[in-house]
Amino acid sequence: MMQRGFSFDLCGRNALLEEKGMKPPKTVKTGTTIAGLVYKDGIVLGADTRATEDTIVADKNCSKIHYLAPNIYCCGAGTAADTENVTMMISSQIELHRLNTGRKARVGMACRLLKQFLFRYQGYISAALVLGGVDITGPHLYSVYPHGSTDTLPYVTMGSGSLAAMAVFESNYRPDMEEEEAKMLVRNAIAAGIFNDLGSGTNVDLCVITADKTDYLRPFDEANVKGERQGDYKYRRGTTAVLREDVRIPYEVTEERVREVAGAESMET
Amino acid sequence: MSMSQCWCVGLVGSYGSLARFRSISRLLRVNDETVIAASGDYADFQFVKELIEQKVLDDELLVDSHSYSPSSVFSWLTRVLYYRRTRMNPLWNTYLVAGVHEGESFLGQVDLLGVAYESPTLATGYGAYMAQPLLRDAYEKNPAMSGDEAKTLLESCLRVLFYRDARSLNKFEIATVTPDGVTIDQPRAVETSWDIGKMVKGYD
Repeated sequence: MMQRGFSFDLCGRNALLEEKGMKPPKTVKTGTTIAGLVYKDGIVLGADTRATEDTIVADKNCSKIHYLAPNIYCCGAGTAADTENVTMMISSQIELHRLNTGRKARVGMACRLLKQFLFRYQGYISAALVLGGVDITGPHLYSVYPHGSTDTLPYVTMGSGSLAAMAVFESNYRPDMEEEEAKMLVRNAIAAGIFNDLGSGTNVDLCVITADKTDYLRPFDEANVKGERQGDYKYRRGTTAVLREDVRIPYEVTEERVREVAGAESMET
Repeated sequence: MSMSQCWCVGLVGSYGSLARFRSISRLLRVNDETVIAASGDYADFQFVKELIEQKVLDDELLVDSHSYSPSSVFSWLTRVLYYRRTRMNPLWNTYLVAGVHEGESFLGQVDLLGVAYESPTLATGYGAYMAQPLLRDAYEKNPAMSGDEAKTLLESCLRVLFYRDARSLNKFEIATVTPDGVTIDQPRAVETSWDIGKMVKGYD
């Protein structure tokens, strides 16, 4: 029978190697600011787009809003591999369930699957998620922590920029906001993270989920566009005068073959 | 153009997670132009307070109509803190120095390491993570805000901090420095709303 869960067999050997001076490989983390809120018609999820490898920006424009079902999306903070793979796994389980039952997926189901999976790995899978969606029972928003606990709230933030984003939410959140206002509030919360947290940066991505539609807005706001280069080192054609043109391509005829194309009509003269 | 400073400090003196003293002031009015606020070790703040008060007294005895400007106080404080750091015996505080001198406003922060800088907006502790983004955004949108607008902004920051800092109390003082002098308001609380509790049921 295949052994389930992590195998800790090599931990002793790794610890010994680290003592001897071996540096373990750096994980790609999504420094991150992610946020979500419940508004009048549904859910708005938001995320920044910077992925870091310790102090280096590994990806300037990665996608942190992951697909779980047409009506359920999940923002992920923590180790990039963990968030990506956990959401893909649960998405596949949800798809199979949807096909089996013929019904729209429920957000509470995604929440249970995620938390039961993460709890089993006792926090070693570093995935902190903001899960949101609209199902037949209404809009739902959860925050899922690496150790497997969940919270259900009208507005949540996760990641290194979560304090900055939460400050914006706590100052401006109201229940039953209109869509445009909700989008701007999430955008502002993510922007607070982008500009005040070093682990977050570049653009703001949004995902608006309602009972009728899902808008995946990537990017919603390009807050850090690279400056346009003013100078141009390219020399224009004609800078160097052409004195003489001499095209000589050496070739050798090795074989001559005539083939009739099937079904071709004879040319009319 | 007259400039002024406006800022606030919570009134709690904690002993770890125990809110031991709930009405102590962390503000010090140096003179008509300068105010200092402290966070960190309260005993070290009391020590610095006495040093400054003695200095101000000695200066007043000269009767030369010159008093310490906010930037001089800041400079002195930086030197003292850095000196203590070099002796590996720091005064374990983070200070905010603010004031108005000859129409120019001043706002600076020094910490136990002697790291010192000036900025239009400053915040220590959890404020650096939660209040600073709000302050910076508001300052960017409106660099010439009025005293009342500043006070409202600070109150909204304090509200957020009371919501989210588990070691805070809903009790604070606000000091304002204008070319006309220093005013430290009475200790106050912010209105809070816990309405979202009605929207939450269970955890999944």
